[in-house]
Amino acid sequence: MIPAAFSYTRPASLAEALSLLAGASDGTKVINGGQSLLPLLKLRVAEVDRLIDIGRLGELQGIRPGADGGLVIGGAVPYTAVLASPLVAERCPLLAETIADIGDVQVRNRGTLGGSVAHADPASDLPAAMLALDASFVTRSSAGERVVAADGFFHGAFETDLRPDELLMELRIPGLAAGTGTAYRRLAQPASGYSLVGVAAVVRTDAGRVVDARVGITGVGEVAYRARAVETALLGGSSVADAAAHAADGQVVASDIHADAEYRGAMAVVFTRRAIEAATVRAG
Amino acid sequence: MSEEGATVEVAVVVNGTPRTVAVEPRKLLVQLLRDDLGLTGTHIGCDTSQCGACTVHVDGQAVKSCAVLAVQVDGSAVTTIEGIGSEGALHPLQDAFWTNHGLQCGFCTPGMIMCAADLLARDPDPDEPTVRHAIEGNVCRCTGYHNIVRSVMAAAAAMRDAEAGTSQPTATAQPSAS
Ligand SMILES: Cc1cc2nc3c(=O)[nH]c(=O)nc-3n(C[C@H](O)[C@H](O)[C@H](O)COP(=O)(O)OP(=O)(O)OC[C@H]3O[C@@H](n4cnc5c(N)ncnc54)[C@H](O)[C@@H]3O)c2cc1C
Ligand code: FES
Ligand code: FES
Repeated sequence: MIPAAFSYTRPASLAEALSLLAGASDGTKVINGGQSLLPLLKLRVAEVDRLIDIGRLGELQGIRPGADGGLVIGGAVPYTAVLASPLVAERCPLLAETIADIGDVQVRNRGTLGGSVAHADPASDLPAAMLALDASFVTRSSAGERVVAADGFFHGAFETDLRPDELLMELRIPGLAAGTGTAYRRLAQPASGYSLVGVAAVVRTDAGRVVDARVGITGVGEVAYRARAVETALLGGSSVADAAAHAADGQVVASDIHADAEYRGAMAVVFTRRAIEAATVRAG
Repeated sequence: MSEEGATVEVAVVVNGTPRTVAVEPRKLLVQLLRDDLGLTGTHIGCDTSQCGACTVHVDGQAVKSCAVLAVQVDGSAVTTIEGIGSEGALHPLQDAFWTNHGLQCGFCTPGMIMCAADLLARDPDPDEPTVRHAIEGNVCRCTGYHNIVRSVMAAAAAMRDAEAGTSQPTATAQPSAS
C-alpha cells in the first residue's frame, strides 16, 4: 500500500516549522513518529498535500525534571526513551506502566507521547494516564504559547483543543504528593493489542482513608475521560467496588465487533476496580 | 533537508555503505530497501504495520520499515538482515535460529532476528517472558514461537559467552520450565 502523493518538508528550526504551519492549507499535516499517521495515509483513510516533519526538532526532545517534583516531556520524545528514563521511573512510574504495553517494541521506538495525545484515538492508552496525572500540554503557534489542561483537551474521537497551526511542544506532569499510589490496568483486544478498556488511577491515602483520587478511562467513551463519579464516590467513603460501578456514568459506551456496549461497560467497572485497588495498595 | 517537489534526495548509510537515492516523499523505507537497493531480505508480510516481517534498524533501533517514510531516515544509519552477518560468518542470532530450528518457511525470520537484536542490545540476559514480550510485534504463521524464543535465548547465551571470552558452544538453550 502506498499513500497518495504529497510533498515533504523537514524544517530545520522550530521557528521555521511554526511559520510553515501559520500559512498552511487544510491539506498540510505534521508528521512526528508516523505510527498513527502513516498507516492511515497508506490505507488512504487520510490524505495530505504536504507533510511537515517535526520528529527531529531539538525543541521537542528531552525528558526534564519539572519544578514541582514532576516531569516535562518533549512533544517528539518516543515511548522507548520514556521507558528507559530513570527520572520517569523515579517520579512517575504510572507513565512507564502505561507505555510498556503500547503496541510493540518497533512502534514504541518511533511512536511519540506528543503524537498519541495530538491524535486522540479513542482507544489510545496515554490519554487516560494524562487525565489521571492531571497533566497539561504546552502548545505553540507563531501567535504564541498556551498551556492546556489534559482535562478538557480531548474533545472527542480524534478531536482535541490543538489548533491546526499549533504544535504540541511538551507534556507537563505534576509531581505526586507523598502517600500517592498509581496504577494502569487494561483489557487489550488480543489481535490488535489496542485497549478495549484502559484505566489509570492515582490515589492518595492518609491512615488508610482515600483523600485524593483521579481516574482516567480510555477505550470506553468517545474519547478518554475523567471518571468523576468514581472519584466522588471514593472520596465520599464508598467501597472501591461501589465506586467503580460508576466507571461509565454519563458516557455513551462504545460498541463494536470486539466488545459490545454491555460487555465494554462491564469491563470498565472491573478494570476501574482493579486499577484503584492496585493504586491504593501502592499508596501504602 | 527541506526540499519540496516531486523527488527528494535521501542520504542513508545502509549496512555500512553510504547511499544517496532520489525518492518520492511517499516512498516507504521498505520500498527503498527492496526496490531501490535490492535488499530483499526485508520482507513485507502485512503492509499494515502488524506483522513485523519488515523490521530493520534505524540508528540501532528496531522499526517497522513499512511504517516509516524513506525521507524520514535521511541522515540515518539503516541495518537490514543482510548487514548483520554473511553466509560464512553468521550473526549469533542467525546461527542460533539455524541450530534451534527457529524457522520453518523463514518468511518471518529476518524481522524476528532484527527485533531480537534490538532486545539483546538493550538486555543481554533476558528471561523467557522478556523475549516473548519483545517479539510481540512479530507474527510467525509456522513455528508456534517456542523455537524462536529458544533461539533468541541461545543467541543471548552465545553472545554473553563471546563477550566473556569463554566461547563455549552454547547454541542449544535449556528448555524452560514454563
Ligand atoms: C501496530 C501498532 C500498534 C499500536 N498499539 C497501540 C496501543 O496498544 N496503544 C496505544 O495507545 N497506541 C497504539 N498505537 C498507536 C501509537 O501509540 C501512536 O501511533 C503513536 O503514539 C502516535 O505518535 P506518532 O509520533 O507516531 O504520531 P504521528 O503518527 O506522527 O501523528 C499522529 C497525529 O498527531 C499529529 N501530531 C503528532 N505530533 C504532534 C505534535 N507534536 N504537535 C501537533 N500535532 C502532532 C499528526 O499531525 C497526526 O495527525 C499503535 C500503533 C501501531 C502502528
Ligand atoms: S510488513 Fe511491515 S509490519 Fe507487516
Ligand atoms: S517460519 Fe514461517 S512465518 Fe515464521
